[in-house]
Amino acid sequence: MTTTNTVMPYDEALARFEPVIGLETHVELGTASKMFCGCPTSFGAPPNTHVCPVCLALPGALPVANDKAIESTIRIGLALNCTIAEWCRFARKNYFYPDMPKNYQISQYDEPLCTNGYLDVEVDGRTVRIEIERVHLEEDTGKSTHMGGATGRIQGADYSIVDYNRAGIPLVEIVTKPVEGTDRLAPEVAKAYVTELRELMRSLGVSDVRMEEGSLRCDVNVSLMPRGTTAWGTRTETKNVNSLRSVERAVHGEIERQAAILAEGGRIIQETRHFHEDTGATTPGRSKEEAQDYRYFPEPDLLPIAPTPEWVEELRSELPEPPTVRRRRLQAEWGVSDLDMAAMHNADAFTLVEATVTAGVPAADARKWWMGELARRANESGTALADLPITPEQIARVVALVASGALNDKLARQVLEGVLAGEGSPDEVVEARGLRIVSDEGELSSIIDQVLTANADAADKVRSGKIAAVGALVGGVMKASRGKADAGRARELILERLGVSE
Amino acid sequence: MSAITRDEVAHLARLSRLALADTELDHYAAQLDVIIGAVARVAEVATDDIPPSSHALPLTNVYRPDEVRRCLTPEQALAAAPAVQDSRFRVPRILGEEA
Amino acid sequence: MSLTRKTAAELGALIASGEVSAVEVTQAHLDRIAEVDGEIHAFLHVAADAALEQASAIDAKRAAGERLGPLAGVPVAHKDVFTTKDMPTTAGSKILEGYRPPYDATITARLREAGLVILGKTNLDEFAMGSSTENSAYGTTHNPWDLGRIPGGSSGGSSAAVASYQAPLSTGTDTGGSIRQPAAVTGIVGMKPTYGGSSRYGVIAFASSLDTPGPFARNVLDAALLHEAFSGHDVMDTTSIHSEVPPVVEAARRGDVSGLRVGVVKEFGGEGYQAGVLARFQDSVELLESLGAKVVEVSCPSFTYALPAYYLIAPSECSSNLARFDGMRYGLRVGDDGTHSAEEVMALTRAAGFGAEVKRRIMLGTYALSSGYYDAYYGSAQKVRTLIARDFEAAFHQVDVLISPTTPTTAFPIGERADDPMAMYLADLCTIPANLAGNAAISVPCGLADEDGLPVGLQIMAPVLGDDRCYRVAAALEKAFESRWGGPLLKEAPAL
Repeated sequence: MTTTNTVMPYDEALARFEPVIGLETHVELGTASKMFCGCPTSFGAPPNTHVCPVCLALPGALPVANDKAIESTIRIGLALNCTIAEWCRFARKNYFYPDMPKNYQISQYDEPLCTNGYLDVEVDGRTVRIEIERVHLEEDTGKSTHMGGATGRIQGADYSIVDYNRAGIPLVEIVTKPVEGTDRLAPEVAKAYVTELRELMRSLGVSDVRMEEGSLRCDVNVSLMPRGTTAWGTRTETKNVNSLRSVERAVHGEIERQAAILAEGGRIIQETRHFHEDTGATTPGRSKEEAQDYRYFPEPDLLPIAPTPEWVEELRSELPEPPTVRRRRLQAEWGVSDLDMAAMHNADAFTLVEATVTAGVPAADARKWWMGELARRANESGTALADLPITPEQIARVVALVASGALNDKLARQVLEGVLAGEGSPDEVVEARGLRIVSDEGELSSIIDQVLTANADAADKVRSGKIAAVGALVGGVMKASRGKADAGRARELILERLGVSE
Repeated sequence: MSAITRDEVAHLARLSRLALADTELDHYAAQLDVIIGAVARVAEVATDDIPPSSHALPLTNVYRPDEVRRCLTPEQALAAAPAVQDSRFRVPRILGEEA
Repeated sequence: MSLTRKTAAELGALIASGEVSAVEVTQAHLDRIAEVDGEIHAFLHVAADAALEQASAIDAKRAAGERLGPLAGVPVAHKDVFTTKDMPTTAGSKILEGYRPPYDATITARLREAGLVILGKTNLDEFAMGSSTENSAYGTTHNPWDLGRIPGGSSGGSSAAVASYQAPLSTGTDTGGSIRQPAAVTGIVGMKPTYGGSSRYGVIAFASSLDTPGPFARNVLDAALLHEAFSGHDVMDTTSIHSEVPPVVEAARRGDVSGLRVGVVKEFGGEGYQAGVLARFQDSVELLESLGAKVVEVSCPSFTYALPAYYLIAPSECSSNLARFDGMRYGLRVGDDGTHSAEEVMALTRAAGFGAEVKRRIMLGTYALSSGYYDAYYGSAQKVRTLIARDFEAAFHQVDVLISPTTPTTAFPIGERADDPMAMYLADLCTIPANLAGNAAISVPCGLADEDGLPVGLQIMAPVLGDDRCYRVAAALEKAFESRWGGPLLKEAPAL
């Protein structure tokens, strides 16, 4: 066995091994109340204020299942093309852990609510079908904060303090079948799957799927097999993968790590590994070889779930348009190339563009702003596009101001900058910064006079027929007006003043 | 032959979070052996064609509407806690997994 | 006649009419507790102040012209397995010593709504696991008929309180016989309603799929009144049945069996049964026939597997239900000295906080659910459960009710079976099938065993939601027996 941290470069790893990946995704449902009690599910409340006898597991308390959570799980299953069980039960998964008040988790075991579905994702122009093994419903745990250690991590801590606000929030677990044949695209496929799943959850309206708040969490399974063989290798399960980029990095990193071990003649241990967002590295957790005995048994406090076929069909008929179909339809409507679609998808800009179009902006403009100026700013500040403090409605307002001639592109960028800096709405920024275009002909004329006087050489060139030289004069006007002049009108006026026509 | 060994009882005690002394393990091993020997009779009639019953009555589909109800106050929630810090339940150091 | 000798129905009527005040009635029972409970030890906690306060609230309501319910102002002793926000709730375990829950069990709340005055909390086998109350962490309760004998269990404090006139009514929970067996061995009435007929919310769980709250009383009508007061659908308990409470009070008042088909369970009798128990059972059969019932023998072959199935299912569920008692959020915590991990503190806490029988059952259940053993043990037991339900179904095609002795023996001496779990488990032999299938079943006194002069109970089992049949047959027998005995059986009990 090796414990070295050596890695094999990705290309070499892929030349020698073929990866098989699998993903287990936990989605916190956006229900108003918890899975088995009436406590609210909202994020960020003061500790232990969203708790009751049921979710604190006080003696005598009993769970009652949330109908919306059952319905949402069935809708997720249907959207993932799954079979919905006609009859299934909750099961208790027994293990002791301080953040789990009952010391068992109400989950589902051998009777999941949804089974055997699939989700198609597009990577590099190719469609990859990810088979879904199961979708089941369970409950979340509380949150421990580890105290007294140097790192805030569990290792080395002196003690922990526990907040049970999150305990009992409904969680849907979506498990893929092992995905083969992705080859060197494995990291991208993993990321594309999670991205697509997130889109799907959003379109269903079942979760806010905010990875940074933990409402979508991913465990990534990776194994390698030497090229030319067909037997899967031993897999590891990487937990704590909490951003789309991390999903990609985790798969990438695990391929490199496992390849190095296998190449040295070592063996992979079936274990849980923890992903560290800061370094991108993984560290070993519990070895699964001394597997926990969870002693699953049917939950006696809850009755079996037996969705009627009529109800399932009703839910199926009410499903929203699948995101892939919607994207294809909008692509046609907007007249966007495949490449541009892929760019938007990768930048996670699609829904933002769509919302901006819905707010009344021509598709080309919406795309231009999100993929241009705003993408650049997001990149600079290292935030996700969706987390920029600007709304599609605000962009629509800026675009409308440009269309009316009140702003030009340069001023519009300044307005966006002001909005992003928290200076208020677009109109407030225009007002406060004095960004309206100078359309007053008198003011423009006097600026032009100043510019022609200061640039007599250029003016002469234009007079002598070198019309191209007018650019420098227009530039001078724009500079003198601090960008507020209407450049087209300035050009017309300069040519007129110099007695030249095009 | 005994149905259960002392080592198995030690394993069960660990799984059940019961810190038992060696003498207790011996005592329980002997008693559990007798009990398990007796209850194993259920297998005599439990043939493959009989469906298991997990509940007393065959009811299904009982849910509650997704409505928020009043919570306990943090004072009530923490009132019986053996140790409290910063409105949270203070527990001894946890070994093993990171959440 | 002393107020403590009156029935709950009589007391309710006296209070409603203003002939006596609820405070007088409560005080009379508190005095009786002070007088005799030192010997009986039925109560773990006596809530004298709260009880008197509630009683005076009832008196005030009456004075204000409000109409009172049939049990308003009537005292009740409450098994210490129901949560009560104004009293400690321990489940008879050291792990919950001094614990005060922040909420009332549904049944606690319904007792209060019905105007019943809760005198205090009664002793029980720890977490309701046992048949003698010897497993309580707070000492054994004594049988009023013979202080050297057990009062039954697990609801032994509740049976002893009623049998010793410390309360006219009490509550219990019945998982494998924990109401019927204590009722039988103390000469009173105890009813296990249909599973789901009475709410489990706030009942500290032993075995979720079996636990059923129910009433104790000194006569059938009183039991029915209490049954009606606290039963019925509860949204907080998913397994509670969404239908009307069967007409138990009407059935208890009616009490006739003419034309009724009664089945004697063939499998319950013979070897292992005390002669006096079988003799009194035979008397009951003859009495039922003389009252116009048609008695036939019915075979329920799977019932002989009920006891082993129960001792797999109940421990399995309890091993999981009791996992929450880990010293992290409430209750006892042992070993938190900075050197032990959470896992170690949990194990030390549970080792110190649980008694021997609880530990035994937790380990047995953990074993039965373990991978590799699940199918042979827990899985097989679940199949037996199906077979028992089928036997009941077939039997109830032939007859309206089934009868058997409630217990194979009368009350045994304290200590006799304390470290012999298998012998202790036999006390529930006849009561367990009704728990596994969810049926209604009652125990009603049917005389004294000749050899020891101790009370014997007759068990009457009815189909799911046929609770009223239990009361109907029990009331008919009670009437006939009492005219034969010249009063209730309990008058034969030695004075305390």
